[in-house]
Amino acid sequence: MKIGVVTFPGSLDDVDARRAVRIAGAEAIALWHGDHDLRGVEAVVLPGGFSYGDYLRCGAIARFAPVMREVVDAAVGGMPVLGICNGFQILCETHLLPGALIRNDHCKFVCRDQRLRIESTSTAWTSAYAAGAEVTIPLKNGEGGYVADEATLDRLEGDGLVVARYVETNPNGSLHDIAGIANERGNVVGLMPHPEHAVEALCGPGTDGLAFFASVVSSWAAAESLASS
Amino acid sequence: MARVVVDVMLKPEILDPQGKAVLGALPRLGFGGVVDVRQGKRFELEFEGDITEERLAEVRKAAETLLSNPVIEDYTVRVEQA
Repeated sequence: MKIGVVTFPGSLDDVDARRAVRIAGAEAIALWHGDHDLRGVEAVVLPGGFSYGDYLRCGAIARFAPVMREVVDAAVGGMPVLGICNGFQILCETHLLPGALIRNDHCKFVCRDQRLRIESTSTAWTSAYAAGAEVTIPLKNGEGGYVADEATLDRLEGDGLVVARYVETNPNGSLHDIAGIANERGNVVGLMPHPEHAVEALCGPGTDGLAFFASVVSSWAAAESLASS
Repeated sequence: MARVVVDVMLKPEILDPQGKAVLGALPRLGFGGVVDVRQGKRFELEFEGDITEERLAEVRKAAETLLSNPVIEDYTVRVEQA
């Protein structure tokens, strides 16, 4: 399986995301923000960082990068897309996901190993988790407060579209302790914590993040074997 | 030259942590009586020639696609006379 990782000017975690993709058993393909080309990938990761310096609003300018036209078309067509941190902000700015991410309620950058509960395993990126699993994944953001209007929050909760929730502490003021959400189809997931930083025991708090990448690899493999049988 | 000003503010129901921080700093500096602060953005767009209705319509489109995020922000557009 080929998983593309987009590099924007100011992306920081594209290399870690590509490494996580390889550890999960897929081929990592570097995608460039300025190309109208997904290079034949079967899934896309929008990595963390500070695309375009976070100027204007986080993700506001990256949304209009040339490659995003292809990413949006592919996402609408059902291709798995995972936005991590700045990638989550970009997905909200493109309106592939509802709501928005605003400055942390305490106004400070936060960097910590964060406990999360996986609330939905029916997405392309979380199917390898046990429902309700509690995991530890690094979180690092200045503008990670998830906000949406009441009707949107009710829909997210009612339709089971909250993918991950902060437990023990809410690090950034996110409404309903939301750490990640999915679209209705479950192929597009936005996540504020960084699973790509929790894929090897040597660095980071453990390997709890690996299942995000393993999920998409195993569901793709299952679909492939179904198609060839 | 003509100028169009776009003001972008967080919607009233969206928490504004920066405004809250400014609100907290004002009394520490001796500025009393302020009961709330909301922080926004101001864009000044300069044009050659006159501002036509077509131009204003384009500015409004830019305001709602790029300059603001309509999910969390409101904007106003006005022409500033030199």
